[in-house]
Amino acid sequence: MALELDVFVGNTTLIDKDVYKLWLDGYSVSDAVTYRIQSGILEQTDATPDVLESDTMDHYRTFQMLERLLHSPPKLINQLLFQIPPPMQSMLIEKYYTFDEPFVREVLGKKLSKGTKKDLDDVSAKTAITLKSCRRQFDNFKRVFKVVEEMKGPLVENIQQNFLLSDRLAGDYAAVVFFANNRFETGKKKLQYLTFEDFACCAEQLISNWTLGAVDCMVDDMDVDLDREFLQDLKDLKVLITDKDLLDQHKSLVCTALRGKVSVFTEMEANFKNLSRALINIAAKLIHTKDVRDLFIDLVEKFIEPCKSERWNYNDVSLFLTHYTNSARALDAFKHQSLWERYMGTIKSCIMTMYHE
Amino acid sequence: MPGKLKVRIVAGRHLPVMDRASDLTDAFVEVKFGTTTFKTDVFPKSLNPQWNSEWFKFEVDDEDLQDEPLQITVLDHDTYSANDAIGKVYIDIDPLLSNEAAAILSGWFPIYDTIHGIRGEINVMVKVDLFNDLNRFRQSSCGVKFFCTTSIPKCYKAVTIHGFVEELVVNEDPEYQWIDRIRTPRASNEARQRLISLMSGELQRKIGLKVLEMGGNAVVGYLQCFDLEGESGLVVRAIGTACTLDKLSNPATSLLPPCGSPSKDLKEVPFSEDPNPVTHSSGPSTPLKNQTYSFSPSKSYSRQSSSSDTDLSLTPKTAAPSPEGPRIFLFPSSPPFSSSSPHHKSTQLLRSAALHSLTPPHSGHVSPVCLRKSVSFNEELLLTASGMGSGSGGKDGGPLKTLYRQQTQSAFEHREFPFFTLTTFPPGFLVHVGGVVSARSVKLLDRIHNPDEPETRDAWWAEIRQEIKSHGKALGCHAVIGYSESTSICEEVCILSASGTAAVLNPKMLQDCSMEGCSEHRLSRQPSFFSTGSEKGEFDFFLQCQDSASILGLDDASSLGCSFCHIPYDELNMPFPAHLTYCYVCRKQKVPDVLFTTIEPPLEAAVTGKGCLIQARLCRQKKKTQGEANATAISNLLPFMEYELHTQLMNKLKLKGMNALFGLRIQITVGENMLMGLASATGVYLTALPSPGGIQIAGKTPNDSSYEQHISNIQKKINDMIIKNREIYEINPPEVLEELLGSPIPETRQRSRLFRSQSESSDDVSELDLSHGKKDAFVLEIDDADAVEDIHSLLTDAPTPAGFYSCNTEIMPGINNWTSDLQMFTSVRVFRLNNVTSLTSHGLNKAFSDHCENLLKTLYFKLRSMIPCCLCHVNFNVALPEDELIQVAVTAVAITYDKDQVQYISKASTDKTILKASLENEDQLQFTLELCMESQSNQSALHFSPSKTAGITESGSLQQVTPAAQRATSVDYSSFADRCSSWIEFIKQKAQTIRRGSIKTIASLDKASPLAEAHTRHRSPISCTTSTVTVVEMTPLSFIPGAKIAKYLGIINMFFIRETTSLREEGGVSGFLHAFIAEVFAMVRAHVAALGGNAVVSYIMKQCVFMENPNKNQAQCLINVSGDAVNFFRDADVESAPSQPQTSGSQTGNGSGDLVT
Repeated sequence: MALELDVFVGNTTLIDKDVYKLWLDGYSVSDAVTYRIQSGILEQTDATPDVLESDTMDHYRTFQMLERLLHSPPKLINQLLFQIPPPMQSMLIEKYYTFDEPFVREVLGKKLSKGTKKDLDDVSAKTAITLKSCRRQFDNFKRVFKVVEEMKGPLVENIQQNFLLSDRLAGDYAAVVFFANNRFETGKKKLQYLTFEDFACCAEQLISNWTLGAVDCMVDDMDVDLDREFLQDLKDLKVLITDKDLLDQHKSLVCTALRGKVSVFTEMEANFKNLSRALINIAAKLIHTKDVRDLFIDLVEKFIEPCKSERWNYNDVSLFLTHYTNSARALDAFKHQSLWERYMGTIKSCIMTMYHE
Repeated sequence: MPGKLKVRIVAGRHLPVMDRASDLTDAFVEVKFGTTTFKTDVFPKSLNPQWNSEWFKFEVDDEDLQDEPLQITVLDHDTYSANDAIGKVYIDIDPLLSNEAAAILSGWFPIYDTIHGIRGEINVMVKVDLFNDLNRFRQSSCGVKFFCTTSIPKCYKAVTIHGFVEELVVNEDPEYQWIDRIRTPRASNEARQRLISLMSGELQRKIGLKVLEMGGNAVVGYLQCFDLEGESGLVVRAIGTACTLDKLSNPATSLLPPCGSPSKDLKEVPFSEDPNPVTHSSGPSTPLKNQTYSFSPSKSYSRQSSSSDTDLSLTPKTAAPSPEGPRIFLFPSSPPFSSSSPHHKSTQLLRSAALHSLTPPHSGHVSPVCLRKSVSFNEELLLTASGMGSGSGGKDGGPLKTLYRQQTQSAFEHREFPFFTLTTFPPGFLVHVGGVVSARSVKLLDRIHNPDEPETRDAWWAEIRQEIKSHGKALGCHAVIGYSESTSICEEVCILSASGTAAVLNPKMLQDCSMEGCSEHRLSRQPSFFSTGSEKGEFDFFLQCQDSASILGLDDASSLGCSFCHIPYDELNMPFPAHLTYCYVCRKQKVPDVLFTTIEPPLEAAVTGKGCLIQARLCRQKKKTQGEANATAISNLLPFMEYELHTQLMNKLKLKGMNALFGLRIQITVGENMLMGLASATGVYLTALPSPGGIQIAGKTPNDSSYEQHISNIQKKINDMIIKNREIYEINPPEVLEELLGSPIPETRQRSRLFRSQSESSDDVSELDLSHGKKDAFVLEIDDADAVEDIHSLLTDAPTPAGFYSCNTEIMPGINNWTSDLQMFTSVRVFRLNNVTSLTSHGLNKAFSDHCENLLKTLYFKLRSMIPCCLCHVNFNVALPEDELIQVAVTAVAITYDKDQVQYISKASTDKTILKASLENEDQLQFTLELCMESQSNQSALHFSPSKTAGITESGSLQQVTPAAQRATSVDYSSFADRCSSWIEFIKQKAQTIRRGSIKTIASLDKASPLAEAHTRHRSPISCTTSTVTVVEMTPLSFIPGAKIAKYLGIINMFFIRETTSLREEGGVSGFLHAFIAEVFAMVRAHVAALGGNAVVSYIMKQCVFMENPNKNQAQCLINVSGDAVNFFRDADVESAPSQPQTSGSQTGNGSGDLVT
């Protein structure tokens, strides 16, 4: 006796969240059945393995049919084929677009091209995430990227409207899109200690401060590209390190403010010029796309690592950056206050996000 | 002439990409009705076109309006080559033709292509302006309403039930026309879909005409079927019950029977509770005299007629033919009365009643058939009777009975076929139930030469119906209810089947209910009760004097919920062998030991415990032959199959400790080399019927000790199983009762017999001694390996997992606190039997049975998140598409119920006695038929406090119950109540997000269909007012738990074909069928939503024909579904929770809250 055909169709589409997870994780039907058996479901429900297999097959088929709709979530909401309660619909969408941390760390900042896709088997081998799941996650990135790339208006909102994701997940995608668009380097060994969340926080800062949208939200341009004009202007900040008077003045102001407040005062005092040079050099170079890509690695190499090697704690760094930024206001000769604030505000947030073990 | 059809094409969305170069589509729409076609402009380069067309107007005959479907085709414009069709929408405009129907049909319809499936959606508006046609000779029947529901629809009242209507139309199947060789599969499929749509329209119109002729205005229980006869043609046939329905102005008011409802004070004199000592003034001490006769038992219920090879199967049946044969219980009876005038006036009631108390207790109607059969032994019976010294009873069932006969006969005689497709009746309508009658006939199909005169097919059905009618008569019944017809076709052989339940109906409901009719009716009803008087004449009379209301004898009996069980046939001349006992509820009338019916359990039925699905499965091999020989082989097999199915059913019923079957449906399917039989029914324990005896295993060789050991082992297993089943289904018949009431069966031996039959299953085996004869114990003889396997298979049916119940009826007896969470589903399985020929018939049976069991197991597993729940209306369909393939399709609905409350009741149910029954009936007066479910939940509430004065207690107990309900909902995340509230919020949020959106797709959404507003009016919590998709519930039941049906919007009857030439790419056969079924559901939902509805009730998938050719990578499937589109609202919406301030979580609480307010 062999089963040739076996289907179950409900008026309300039945979704099993556990099976959905297994499907998303890229398990084959037989692997999923094994996995489910291990979970003890047979004992709980008095079922047999063939019942489980039939059930898993049914769910997998449903998911395959839903996948087409999941590629365009507004379609899923308005389609007539599957009657799914809205909470379940949003669960389906949210879970489908959720990605794995190890995966995103591999892909973040890479060009979402065919070439990258071809390398996914390496990613899969490295992260122990199935190739199928890697492909889905990669395709999601690419799909979201393609849709919002050329769109007007705020990036997060665009993602939310077109993919009906939660605020948090939409924010994450904004980061992915932003990173992919600007091709920030995140994969270097020195950056490995950073989590996706760190980068997402940085991305949020960068998007809200350094893009065109930051200046004028009604602007007819994208949230994904950095404000070229701003980057251009950044080289004006060089005056802070090239003008010796200014540099000394700046240093004394910061030192006065920090005396007795930081545990590493002497180191700070000794290193001030180096650190200041590092930060301003980063700013000045940002006009070059190549250097934009290296923003994070530069921050780590030129600022975070020196601080760490001198055992600055989080508080020290925070105080230093605060006063370093604020003291510039008192420099009468320094004319680029707003530019400075825009640059340093974001850089400070990024460094503070990245300053951990 | 008189109709104007107006159509407007608004927009499309999610269209497929038709132009690969641009990834876009240049879509336009053709609107066709009859021979007229209109076109919209081309909306270039868009997947979401906005046509916003003008109103296309068709001026048509109303005849065409009924027959023709509106055909909407979406095409992609192509400048250079032919335009490509994207897909079609067929809209049946019949629902718009009724005067109280929706004024407009408007909404998103899936664009369907028979090769590609659903390809986007189109927004269409349809209106009909109908002019009155006073032409007497008109051919149309606009305005006649059709209902699939097999009961009086919830918001209507039946003024008159006219009776059976049938019609069939035939045509050539386009799939088999010569032209099919040269046209594309798409063209063939579309020709077929269109033809069937046309034929069902025509059929409906013709039936409508018949209804108008009869003076009715509606068809209830409309069942339309297609016979795909292949080469010989296509038959569309339909049956139904013509009625005159009146719309209830307020759907909340209950449906009261027009007259003759039991008066309220009745309940104060609960018959059986009467403490009066019973004095036996007349009659000897042995009212039950056993007399044995042997008329050949097997022949009496399976006979073959040479003409049509039919098989008469009368149920209930007793055990396999035993040498002793049937027993007949004989009452000593008083002298018969001379006839009384057929027109007794009600003033004479008392007198006649008094007289009647002396009349003999025969309740049977002596039909000519029975008479003939019984002549041979009647005399002897009479002798015995008179020997007891109480005069002769004889064949005449009393004068009033005669009167009754005359009346009912007058009501039925003029009908050719007194059949009713209804399965549920208004209270008081159903008087007695005889048993299942069925007839089958094997025919060889030949080409239909003249489609306009489908006489052969008509004659075939007429023949079968005639047979059913005579079977009904043989059971002493003048009507057949729960009637249905079906066919099974394989090549050129066709099995026609019809079955129903023989019954005695109250003629009043069939006639116009004038005052006179009413009083006559009272008279006519009387005998059925008073003939129960038996020897306790004085007692009866006393009661009547005490309360004149109880003169309406039937009402009393029905208030006890037992009257329908009482035998309609003459106990002296029983048409089949059966054991009769006194009714366990009223103690006055005779009841059979088992009762098989095709109907729903009547609302008033007193049921002990819960019901369960019982299936008998059978698989028989046959030789591959052709033509005449094949037909003969099949017809030779049929009686044996029926017999075996019945035996299986009986065994399983006994094993469950139950005594009645409802909703019995026996399907016999014919294949090339096999015949399959599948009988499904819902077993219940009717309080009125005797407790079923156990199953006794008897060995052939009693001397062999090891063999005996083996047998006793099996016996023990069976007994354990019965005990276990009784626990599961909470079957605790009220035993104490017999002591409290003066037993109407005073003879000690009889009484001990009764007690034994009740205790034997709960006690151990040793009690089962055979000294009492084989009356109760059901003996299975183990004489060969087959029997062993029989017993084995009996024991291996897997029990339903905890938290699940299942039944194939609409209502599950014993569960009445449904929550609103429901899930309708269809599951289809095809399995291959490997080398059929090498299998023994038992191997084959086992394979089939295992397959069905497995299927059920899968369903239970899938629906485990709904526990506690009940699978209702489980409908199996078996087909044999190819040599070794067996296809089983199941459609059912899973409904959750409130477990805590059930347990509460079940505790109470141990002491629920007849009082409960009478209370139940009282409830029905208040909430009659409004919603079976609801009234049942009311009943359940009442169980806590049997006395009416204890209103406070009632509400107290309700409050106890409600928190439990809430607990259940809050724990279960997926519970519907939660879902609804969060759903709406979610939608609101989404709507806002969407509105802010700037892309084109979404911009169109805000325009949602005008229906959205219509839904807001009803505020159905699950209808998404802001999303364009209305949630549409589908259920095979005629009601929606926890909701009231506000309006019936028309019948849904759809036929789809889907074909693929890329089977593998579509996920193989399973992927293909899965998608197709989902598409069918979607199209049904879309049509309902467009009519302004939010549910389909009485949904049924009548046909699912699946064919595949894996070698060619091809498959084809035909699905036919129907149902009634309705608009419902949940109770919680209307009464904004008067007693409980909680939100939607307390839906169940509010449902039963009706009772308190």
